[in-house]
Amino acid sequence: MAAYALRRLALIPPLLIGVSLLLFILTHLIPADPAKLIAGEHAGAEQVAAVRHAFGLDRPLPEQYLVYIARLARGNLGVSMLTNAPVLGDLLQYFPATIELTAAAMLLTVVLGVPLGILSAVRSGSTIDLLAQVLSVSGLSFPIFFFGILLQLIFVRNLGWFPLSGRLAITAIPPHHITGLYVIDSLLTGNAGDLGSALSHLALPSLSLALTSLAPTVRITRSTMLEALSQDYIRTAWAKGLVSSRVFVHHGLRNALIPVVTVLGLYTSGLLGGVFLVELIFDWPGVGLYSVNAITAFDYSAIMGTSLLLTLTFVLVNLGVDLLYAVIDPRIRY
Amino acid sequence: MLSSTRVSATSLGRRAGTSYLRRSLRLLARIPSAWIGTAIVGLLVAVALAGPAAAPYDPFHISAADKLRPPSPVHWFGTDDLGRDLLSRVLTGARISLAVGVVVLVLAMVLGVGLGLIAGYWGGWMDEVIMRTTDVFLAFPRLVLAIAIAATLGPGLSNSVVAIALSWWPWYTRLVRGQLLSLREQEYVLAAVSLGAGRPRILMRHLLPNVGTTVVIQASIDIGFAILASASLSFIGLGAQPPTPEWGAIIAQARSYMVDAWWYPTFPGLAIFLAVLGFNLLGNAVRDAFDPRLRSVT
Repeated sequence: MAAYALRRLALIPPLLIGVSLLLFILTHLIPADPAKLIAGEHAGAEQVAAVRHAFGLDRPLPEQYLVYIARLARGNLGVSMLTNAPVLGDLLQYFPATIELTAAAMLLTVVLGVPLGILSAVRSGSTIDLLAQVLSVSGLSFPIFFFGILLQLIFVRNLGWFPLSGRLAITAIPPHHITGLYVIDSLLTGNAGDLGSALSHLALPSLSLALTSLAPTVRITRSTMLEALSQDYIRTAWAKGLVSSRVFVHHGLRNALIPVVTVLGLYTSGLLGGVFLVELIFDWPGVGLYSVNAITAFDYSAIMGTSLLLTLTFVLVNLGVDLLYAVIDPRIRY
Repeated sequence: MLSSTRVSATSLGRRAGTSYLRRSLRLLARIPSAWIGTAIVGLLVAVALAGPAAAPYDPFHISAADKLRPPSPVHWFGTDDLGRDLLSRVLTGARISLAVGVVVLVLAMVLGVGLGLIAGYWGGWMDEVIMRTTDVFLAFPRLVLAIAIAATLGPGLSNSVVAIALSWWPWYTRLVRGQLLSLREQEYVLAAVSLGAGRPRILMRHLLPNVGTTVVIQASIDIGFAILASASLSFIGLGAQPPTPEWGAIIAQARSYMVDAWWYPTFPGLAIFLAVLGFNLLGNAVRDAFDPRLRSVT
């Protein structure tokens, strides 16, 4: 297990070098000349050349890549043209909001998706099963940005149950910074007002983000649970005279959970991609919103920094998922 | 059923192919969701082919007097902030979304299948280089890479199509390579080799048709998601630009007016949902009918 974890960790640096190479190629193949972009629209040829020299853009590409990767290794992601601050600092400031949103969506996926999948497997063929299946096909086809807008129309505009956007009420003072996750920080500091405000602001964005992972989770839980329930050891469990809850949870669920963990790992990709859309709709101040704002300002450092951060997160989550298998399924030996 | 399978397996290749297709189509016809999917996709294709002819009004016609009108017998879907007829804009958008879905898949398939064939059949260092490259592409969350590429290329519909295709090809490469690794060990390949068939012939005549089915199945599932990804890029401003009646772009414009005009984001949103749902239902049914082994996996 430890050896496997080390081997997996050893694969990460070459992967990140590949990722940085791809991002480098992207930033250096921009159709627009970056030197012209930096120098400004009205700069003369001499000024552009000066900028090109100052930023090392006149050196050979392999050399530029080495400079680029050396900068990355020191945590230097460049300066954002939009905020005029180092990109790394911006990302660190906005990332907790994104973590909070993604974690809440993940939690909703598990809390809603797994029970719904089990229910439709146990009551296979019933109305609940049919409804769950229709919902999961529709959920997969629904654009999450449209889902978010619908939630805003229904729950904000018509019913007035939730706030429209942001992380906290305008009047609220953010909780003392411990983790940067408002829900956790307000819990830790015992700030009930902030906790309520943070949760009500989090509800709709996390539900929108959870949509894409919710549908497949219901589907996979259902089919693996059905498969697990048809195994011999389930028949044995029934024959032993165990109560149904013990058969379903202890013998069925534990074996059905492995593919579910895989799916959660897989759909982290969808969650991290969806962050751009959901944060834009709900004005959620995370890295997704930061990056979308950067797009309209042609702020490449910010976009590439965000991509790097989200990819790194994705790689680490996948590592965690692989290690989690071994914990859930003792039959897996690495 | 069993005897017909045996006959088709031993009879000539061409006849076996037809009976496989027929049998799969018969299976497909028995799946109810296939009919719903076909109906939706058929409607989408019809509207896309008809183009502006299907629209009751000019989708670009601005009329200050008619702005933000709710749905009525005159304007079924209401009007937008510039008084343009939303029904006309949504109908015209069908052509864009369908074209985008098809072009993304063709680009991703040509690149992905080509590289997959090279990696899976020739192996060696080329396999190594190609597969490590797919590892790097797949390390990115899908939409994140598409956004990074689209942002680099600059906003625009064709750039966003290229960006999505560039972030999707590795899936096809993996699929094709994985299939080839097991296919090239099959007895009929050995038979072809011992009969003196050359590499290109084995690849094109014996391997590609077998891989082709899997690729087409995957593509039929992916096309809905290609439409969804493209609408998402347009929504954040990287895809189609106004006044193009692209569904994602319309919703992006609608955001500022949605509090007063619920219909403005709702109808283009439902159009995306319906199009993607149609392709998903049809794609899943095609997969179930043509490849029973894949049944209920993901």
